[in-house]
Order: sequence, then structure tokens, then C-alpha cells
Amino acid sequence: MDLFEYQARDLLASHGVPVLPGGVAETPEEAEAIAREISAPVVVKAQVKVGGRGKAGGVKLADDPESAKARAQDILGLDIKGHITHKVMVAQASDIAEEYYFSYLLDRSNRTFLAMASVEGGVEIETLAVERPEALARIPVDASVGVDAQKAAEIVDAAGFPAEVRDQVIAIAVQLWDVFSKEDATLVEINPLAKAPDGTVLALDAKVTLDENASFRHGEHDALEDVAAADPLEAAAKEKGLNYVKLEGEVGIIGNGAGLVMSTLDVVAYAGEEFGGVRPANFLDIGGGASAQVMADGLAVILSDPAVKSVFVNVFGGITACDAVADGIVSALGLLGDEATKPLVVRLDGNNVEEGRRILAEAAHPLVTVVDTMDGAARRAAELAA
Amino acid sequence: MSIFLTENSKVIVQGITGSEGRKHTARMLASGTAVVGGVNPSKAGQTVDFDGTSVPVFGTVAEAMKETGADVTVVFVPPKFAKGAVIEAIDAQIGMAVVITEGIPVHDSTYFWAHAQGGSTRIIGPNCPGLISPGRSNAGIIPANITQAGKIGLVSKSGTLTYQMMYELRDIGFSTAVGIGGDPVIGTTHIDCLQAFQDDPETEAIVMIGEIGGDAEERAADFIKANVTKPVVGYVAGFTAPEGKTMGHAGAIVSGSAGTAAAKQEALEAAGVKVGKTPSEAARLMREIVGG
Repeated sequence: MDLFEYQARDLLASHGVPVLPGGVAETPEEAEAIAREISAPVVVKAQVKVGGRGKAGGVKLADDPESAKARAQDILGLDIKGHITHKVMVAQASDIAEEYYFSYLLDRSNRTFLAMASVEGGVEIETLAVERPEALARIPVDASVGVDAQKAAEIVDAAGFPAEVRDQVIAIAVQLWDVFSKEDATLVEINPLAKAPDGTVLALDAKVTLDENASFRHGEHDALEDVAAADPLEAAAKEKGLNYVKLEGEVGIIGNGAGLVMSTLDVVAYAGEEFGGVRPANFLDIGGGASAQVMADGLAVILSDPAVKSVFVNVFGGITACDAVADGIVSALGLLGDEATKPLVVRLDGNNVEEGRRILAEAAHPLVTVVDTMDGAARRAAELAA
Repeated sequence: MSIFLTENSKVIVQGITGSEGRKHTARMLASGTAVVGGVNPSKAGQTVDFDGTSVPVFGTVAEAMKETGADVTVVFVPPKFAKGAVIEAIDAQIGMAVVITEGIPVHDSTYFWAHAQGGSTRIIGPNCPGLISPGRSNAGIIPANITQAGKIGLVSKSGTLTYQMMYELRDIGFSTAVGIGGDPVIGTTHIDCLQAFQDDPETEAIVMIGEIGGDAEERAADFIKANVTKPVVGYVAGFTAPEGKTMGHAGAIVSGSAGTAAAKQEALEAAGVKVGKTPSEAARLMREIVGG
């Protein structure tokens, strides 16, 4: 889960990382009130989970509360690369003497954590990494050891931070590790980490990604979820515990196993090329168990998607054999009754496949077509959606 | 021969008394696996009965190894306790820990991976279906009855695509099929399996199944070019996955232009791997190579 900047800022502050005073506003009036409280020039920043907001007009300075209100008025509702701005952060404006960069992230290729630091912050770090790789220190962090003051000093010295900020940055590096490890983050990135004219080092902007697998030990992270932005179908599926992702297409997809479902999307997209570019409408993995209830829940979500014109149920009967899956489909259609209105193409393969196909043939549901192969079934589903 | 798992493997199950552990222990036993014990600290000294086979429960992995000679553990314990369970297995110096559990925080898996370095434990997974050497042993949840022993080696990030491929090529059969798991950080990689299949005299050809996210397939492609002389057929899932969305597996995410299926396919083809556009096409390509 990616956090908004204001959420990241609050999380950093709760671990002692120095940040500037500020708050989040959903209306120009709220922005004005925050600016009044800060009683100094402020910066009004669009809260969107995408880069390049400054260039898109999403970051503005304001000298007084009235202009903070006006700037918030400008920015709220702004479309930044397809992300609508619903909130702005109002933070005390800071003069910047130097801009640095600091991050911790998961390095999946090397199966370790990585600290990256540079005294040339404030620019896109991907650009820096390509154009001046020598300016970006990359230090692996052993997950079973972590970052203490000594390790932090190694990182800070590798990046060549100047002597006058060295101790401050070391302290911040230890605090940021605290955020990264205790909050189960996969990314904590401070860009810029800024030196103010008085020599104080501060985190001015932050990106934080949290590991959703760790939510069982972070009940407080639930509140960080951006419920408003969630697709309504994704929200409905989540409520039923389904692993669903909405896509732009016409063929609803249900399958068991993440890999098989991903593969099903691809096969439908290939088949759809023949029928004017028909595409898969969603990703939905109902898992190995595939009970009738889960099948019914999955079908209900997919059938409620107005973009869906046909549904492809692609199941490999491994742990749950095909006859049980076929029973599940038949009962699911029974449970749905008149709600089931779109044609279903079913492909079953694996254990007890003959019995599974027999059950579907016997039920002879008018909406159901059984096709023996995955490629053939994808073609049929695409044709029905064209 | 087979890789990692043989008819001599002695398997214990951590979490044998839980519902998943119990269900799959029964299936492992039914397919002929030597399941010699289970581990549950609060149920040590008890036995669990599986259709006439009585399996003893031990308090610790070390004790189970001492009493039974076990060299493989299959971990079914829930995410909350998985880190502790895997560390215990590593500290007991068991030969292989197969971590089935889905949903382990990546800080925990990165920790136990770091902890395993320099030790003697091979980690498979987490978030994987385990591995099977058909006719010999089955450590995990792969259905044993969809295929048979044979000359193809298979390595895959995905469970159901593994099953699909094993089933499509069941008449030819498999030496070993390894589900390495769909998490961002996993123990045994495509490369580890490719090396082992290359060294296994019984394996004649290799199927490698990948999916979006990370660069494991690209690295595997480089490895194949330099080290693998046996024919390799590939399949990559996730061409239609949108950027920034996690597709079921925690590791299956495209970030910017990194981790795309197209880049993986290209890298594999450049290494001489025949890549199928669909799982069935990959199976056909394999059939052309090994006959049958």
C-alpha cells in the first residue's frame, strides 16, 4: 500500500524524524485554517500517489492564509496524470540550502534491504541513478542485523554527506530504519532530505509503501487505506474476501490460482484480437478451494460489472477435483437465479474432469457453454463478448 | 534421480495439527511420501492418525530430526508464526524447509533468508505449492495424481500453472517439479533449479514458468545462456497486467517498465529458450523436443 505524502509525514514524525509543521485539508477553508495556525508562509501540495505534481501545477507557495485558501482552491480537483486531487497538504514553507536524498527499500533481486543515499537530492532518483550513478551510494542492509548508528555512519559516509550535517543525517538514518522495520515498509524514501539555511536537516517530502501482508500486526494501518479511491467493484470484492482487480475489458474472468488467472487474461487478450480487440474485464482468483459460495460471490461481482459481456470460468482441478468445481458452478448459478444474465464459458481440466463435464452437461444451464481447452474456451468467450 | 527430493527423503510437517497441515499430510502420505513426524510445541508426545498411519508429534524440529532422521520439513504454520518456525528449522540444520504459507510479511521472509545464509538449509518458497518427484516423494500441496515420473524438469512461480503443465505433459512425466513461490523474496530460485536440472542425469529437458514482477526470469535467461545445455521451454504469465497492480501473488507487480512479461519473454528467447504464447503452446513445444 502506497501512502499519501501527509500520511508518510505523520508516520515519520511519530518515529521522531524531523519534519515541518503542517496538516491535510479537503477544502480551501481547512487549508486556510491550517495556514493560519502555522502563521508563516506555507506550501500547498496536491496529495496524489503519482510523481510530477510540481510540473502539473500541484505545488504552490502561499504567503498568507488567504492565499493558501486560494491556492488550495486551484489545486483541489486538479487532474494530475489521471489522479484527481481530493486533498492538499499545507506545510510550513522552508528555504532550502541543500537538497539530499535518502531511502531504504526492498531489493528483491538480492533478497536483502538496500539503503540509497546521495547529496544530490531533489531530482528524480531514477534519473540520477542512470546519469550519475557514482553520486548515489547503494549499501546493502542485512535484514537480520538492521541499521544502528555505526551502519548509518557507513551509509552516510559512502554518500559523502558534508561534515556539518553528518551527525544529523546519521541520527535521521537510524530513525528512518525504525520507520522501515517497525512499520513493515518496503519503501521509505525521503526526497528531498533538505538542509535549511540555519543548518537543520529535515524530511521535506516522503514516499512510503507498506507491506499489506504485515497488516495482521498493524491494525492502525487500516485507517491509511484510501477507501474513496478504490474501484467500487474492487471494494465489493474485497468485502467478500475475493482477490479481484478491475481491468478495462469485456470478458469477465474467474479462475483458481494467481498464475493461471494471469495466464487466462493473456490468452483471452490474444483471442480477443480476432474479435475487434476484446479484452479481459478483471482478474479474479478464487483460490484452490473454490466452494460453491466463493464461486457464487465471484460470479456476483463479475456479473455486476456493466462492462462485462461474457464470463470465462477457467479452473484446473488439482486439490479440489473438477466434479466438486462443477457442482460449485451449478449451485452458484442456482444461488444467483435471475441475477445470472450473461453467457458463461467454462473450461475444466485436471482431476475427475470427465465427471465434472458430465455434471455441467446434465445441469444444461442455458447460459453455460463447456469448452475442453483453455485456448478454445478463451476464443469462445471473446467471440461472445464481441 | 530427481532434484532436492528423493524416495529417501524423510519429511516432517510443521503445523501438522492445523487443518491445512492435516489435510495435506494425508495427501502426501497417500502419494507414498515418507512423512515421519510433525511438530507442534503444545502437542508434543501425541500422535496424529492418517487413515491407519500414525504420525508422532514432536515439540521441536531438532527433536523430530533426532528421533526420525528427518531431512525435509514442510511448513504450514500461519503467517504470524512462520518466521519463528522457519528460523527454528534453520537452526536445527535441516536439509530443506518447504514454506507453503501464503501471506508472510516480506520483512520476515527477508529476515529468515538472511538468517539461512552460511547455514545448511535449502529454503523453498514461501507462498509456494512445494515440490514433487513423482512416484518418489511429495513435499507440499501439489496434487500427485495428475502426472507421473518421467524426464522433464519443471520450475515455476505459480502453483496452478505448474499443475496445468504437469497434467498436459503427464504421458511424458516429470523428474521433479518445483513450485518456487510467488513472493517478492523467495529462497530457492529459477537459477538454483535450472542448475540442479542441468546436473540431474534423469532430466532431459526443462520447463520454466515465470510471471510478471522482479527480474528473476531475466537473470535465469543469462544463466541459461552461460550454463544450461539441456533444452528449455518457457512460459511467462501477465502480459495484460496493468502497471502498479498486484496480481494475486504478492510479487506479481509491474513497476514502471520493470518486471513486464514482454521483457522476460524477450530475455528468455535471446537465451535460446522456446517461449510458448499460452501454457498449451509451451506444452506443445516441449512435446516436440522430447517426443511423445
